[in-house]
Amino acid sequence: MDWMNYSLPLLEGAWVTVKLTFFSTLGGALLSFVFGVGRLSPNRAARYASIGFIELFRGTSLLVQLFWLYFALPLIGEALGINLRLPPVAAGALALSLNIGAYGAEVVRGALQAVPRDQHEAAKALDFTPRQTLWRISLPQAIPEMMPSFGNLAIQNLKDTALVSLISLGDLAFKAEQIRNFTQDSTRIYSILLLMYFGMALVLTAIMKLLERSVGRWRAGRT
Amino acid sequence: MLFGIEWDTTNDWLFAVSIFPILLRGLAVTIQATVLGFLVAAVLGLALAVLKSARSRLIAWPARVLTEFLRDTPLLVQLFFLYYVLPEYGIVLPAFVTGALALGVQYSAYMSEVYRAGLESIARGQVEAARALDLSALRTFGVIVLPQAVPRIIPALGNYLVSIMKDVPVLSVVSVLEMLNVAQIVSDRSFHYVIPLSMVGGLYLVLTLIASAGVRYLDTRLPKRGLPLR
Repeated sequence: MDWMNYSLPLLEGAWVTVKLTFFSTLGGALLSFVFGVGRLSPNRAARYASIGFIELFRGTSLLVQLFWLYFALPLIGEALGINLRLPPVAAGALALSLNIGAYGAEVVRGALQAVPRDQHEAAKALDFTPRQTLWRISLPQAIPEMMPSFGNLAIQNLKDTALVSLISLGDLAFKAEQIRNFTQDSTRIYSILLLMYFGMALVLTAIMKLLERSVGRWRAGRT
Repeated sequence: MLFGIEWDTTNDWLFAVSIFPILLRGLAVTIQATVLGFLVAAVLGLALAVLKSARSRLIAWPARVLTEFLRDTPLLVQLFFLYYVLPEYGIVLPAFVTGALALGVQYSAYMSEVYRAGLESIARGQVEAARALDLSALRTFGVIVLPQAVPRIIPALGNYLVSIMKDVPVLSVVSVLEMLNVAQIVSDRSFHYVIPLSMVGGLYLVLTLIASAGVRYLDTRLPKRGLPLR
């Protein structure tokens, strides 16, 4: 009977967690490419900005970033006379994207650097512009290399979404905490909660494996 | 006031200076939790690694599933589980200990993989050669495998030490007075949010940069080909 009472709010929360994971992983992937490529740019300003971004968001704790965006940023906005008050869902998605983006940028950098140097020289000899070299030579070879690490980061991100419950965003962990406060049935609720996260992680792993295989195929197709 | 230290709100600079010693108290707790969590993870991780490499599938399989489970579920939920469920079975631990235990449990899964990879990276041929030379299994492990595996394992463990430190703020949810929690309390009482939270971020940045540099230094100093024996 209890099961039935729990399942609806938990499923609602799980859906929030799924959406949050999806959007912040996507945002994180975008930032990874921007700053991972920027990190290797010959332009000094772009390079230093990327290093700064990566070190800042990798070096400070995610929860600190989340609280800063949620509690401190609106006050800075007030001082400047602009409204920077983010709703919890925006602060959560932003903090997760920035954090995972900084880790991802290092993955992108590593994979781009693993493309053999002589290919750059060959591209230059063939009069490719730097942009063409990046899009046509480096990225198609580097992206399949990045996929296993991106898979790990996606799982990391799924787990990290639980922290947004601390800024009162109604995700899975938040709903479970609400039910626990009401029923005090800790053992059962947290066991269900752990299993639900585990299930979602297994599904996400499977999705990332599929993606990895389909991306690996482009490389084979081009040779 | 916190820990008997008053803050000065005359201006931002004086406020920052006056709360610095308070944040350092939190920082001390953060470091203690990091070290204790790391030790728990190092020991539990080794146990998991040994179980996973057991020849019997009946032992290896559950250990593998457990590792996957611990690695795929959020630290926050594991912490809540330990904090609220253990007392129902009569195990009442201080919040700090529960927190360090949760960190240790979560990271034991990652560390078991580090041990496994480190041990497996020693070429099979070496073990076979040792057997051909009639070395006992214990001696093979102690003199051949371990001295070569340790320099490969230590830098990876060092990276997890840094990760654990960045996860310590999660313990604030069970009222451990680590740095972020201390900053939150200062913020709530003084109505200044920007400075304490930014200072925590800054202190974290300094700590992780130092720790990462330390790990890199260790990596260059460790003998690549294995620890010298005698």
